[in-house]
Amino acid sequence: MTAVKAPLAAAALALGDDALVLSHRLGEWAGHAPVLEEEVALANIALDLLGQARTLLSLVGDEDELAYLREERAFRNAQLVEQPNGDFARTIARQLYFSVYQHLLYEQLAAAGGPVAPLAGKAVKEVAYHRDHAEHWTLRLGDGTQESHARMQSGLDALWRFTGELFEPVEGLPVDWSALREAWLSAVTGVVERATLTLPSGPQSGAWTAGAGRQGIHTEPFGRMLAEMQHLHRSHPGASW
Amino acid sequence: MTTMAPDTGARDTAAYEAAFDAAVAAEERIEPRDWMPDAYRATLVRQIAQHAHSEIIGMQPEANWITRAPSLRRKAILMAKVQDEAGHGLYLYSAAETLGTGRDELLDKLHSGRQKYSSIFNYPTLTWADVGAIGWLVDGAAITNQVPLCRCSYGPYARAMVRICKEESFHQRQGYELLLALSRGTEAQHAMAQDAVDRWWWPSLMMFGPPDAESPHSARSMAWKIKRHSNDELRQRFVDICVPQAESLGLTLPDPDLRWNEERGHHDFGPIDWTEFQEVLSGNGPCNDQRINQRRRAHEEGAWVREAAAAYAAKHGKATA
Repeated sequence: MTAVKAPLAAAALALGDDALVLSHRLGEWAGHAPVLEEEVALANIALDLLGQARTLLSLVGDEDELAYLREERAFRNAQLVEQPNGDFARTIARQLYFSVYQHLLYEQLAAAGGPVAPLAGKAVKEVAYHRDHAEHWTLRLGDGTQESHARMQSGLDALWRFTGELFEPVEGLPVDWSALREAWLSAVTGVVERATLTLPSGPQSGAWTAGAGRQGIHTEPFGRMLAEMQHLHRSHPGASW
Repeated sequence: MTTMAPDTGARDTAAYEAAFDAAVAAEERIEPRDWMPDAYRATLVRQIAQHAHSEIIGMQPEANWITRAPSLRRKAILMAKVQDEAGHGLYLYSAAETLGTGRDELLDKLHSGRQKYSSIFNYPTLTWADVGAIGWLVDGAAITNQVPLCRCSYGPYARAMVRICKEESFHQRQGYELLLALSRGTEAQHAMAQDAVDRWWWPSLMMFGPPDAESPHSARSMAWKIKRHSNDELRQRFVDICVPQAESLGLTLPDPDLRWNEERGHHDFGPIDWTEFQEVLSGNGPCNDQRINQRRRAHEEGAWVREAAAAYAAKHGKATA
């Protein structure tokens, strides 16, 4: 694939890293899901995201060089997607925040035309499914038992401060970021309320999370995740697999 | 099978049995509502459940490498494969449920050790090449075992196997291709591939079960057309298939006695270590505890999620999944 020029490359890297890192986190669930249907669903979502990551990274350069040979400080994913899985509710909270964002973002990108539009047009169908999955689980957990309600609330609360970063403008993307933020907030609020949960009240970003991932500043668990992901590839320089 | 019972109206077991035997002899399919001998039902439940459990436990050794897969292409292939295995488990639990048991009950039996899964999944995946060796050898052995099951006398099982075998053949080719890439790669990659084949070869041969002389269920399963070939026949078929494949992979099989026997038209091969097989089967393999504990933990830690889904469904009156 032909590599594109900055700033589109920077944008493709940000979106590609989001998809790559979240896919990796979901891959960690394999063999650990609470019910067999979720083994299938989580792997399915992980695969969709990995497919998106491969397309996006290939716009920038060699997908494997980019995935396996960059260090932590060179990754441009939002901090939200690198957050550890935690329990199932934490994972679902991350999925809810991210898939609603990704769905609205890709809808805008698909409509705007330009070089990212074809990819966004394809991905938006996958992401609509991811969003549906996350919303339904948010409802089941929020409006399920006392325990699941508490866990879901705690997942939403813990990840809330990582959501502001999603709306930091990414250069090269024809997106109305404030409209995106409004639409996201309204959609998430709707689901959270239907799930009998409370929208977290804290700030959506802090000194460390405002745009930090997009600038290559990550959280501690991320380096460990990359160590695992890259170890084998780095141990055999130049090998093909 | 076309008739649920003889049309004489007689309710004696002998007449049902005769009708059942005739249907099996005529290669008709037995379906869930048909009468069947209790022992036939029990054998099928045992076999299908064990098969389903194997798919589920079998996710673990491969999932062990998802987060470390060395290229994004390989990672996607491996994720898709592990996802397929969960899907196979689901088909098979459904097939078992047509016999009057439930998935929860079967999972309980797996978790408490009352039902088994394939002994092969008690071996560890120590390097990336093990993922290829599992695809080539373990899936290859599974396919050799399972293709005849597509003609099994019990309809739901046979139909599940048709779908499963298609996907398994695909996995097997991917495993072969993974090993080929390693074998033709750097010296270190080649050595990694050879080491994996050395460790997985004998356990794969054990997947066909004990020698015919010591296989307690075989004769009856063959009479009922659940099973079509003996353990030793299938094992021989597998060896004959693998030898030329190993050659084209540029890898050797770890058996000094392996050679072509012109007279038999088959490969002779060395003795299998049945003591090891029995040890692994009885819970003393390298990963038995680890595999079952992970499975139990996933189930126990997921209990609150399943309870939430059930409570939500009860409140809102719809299906949970």
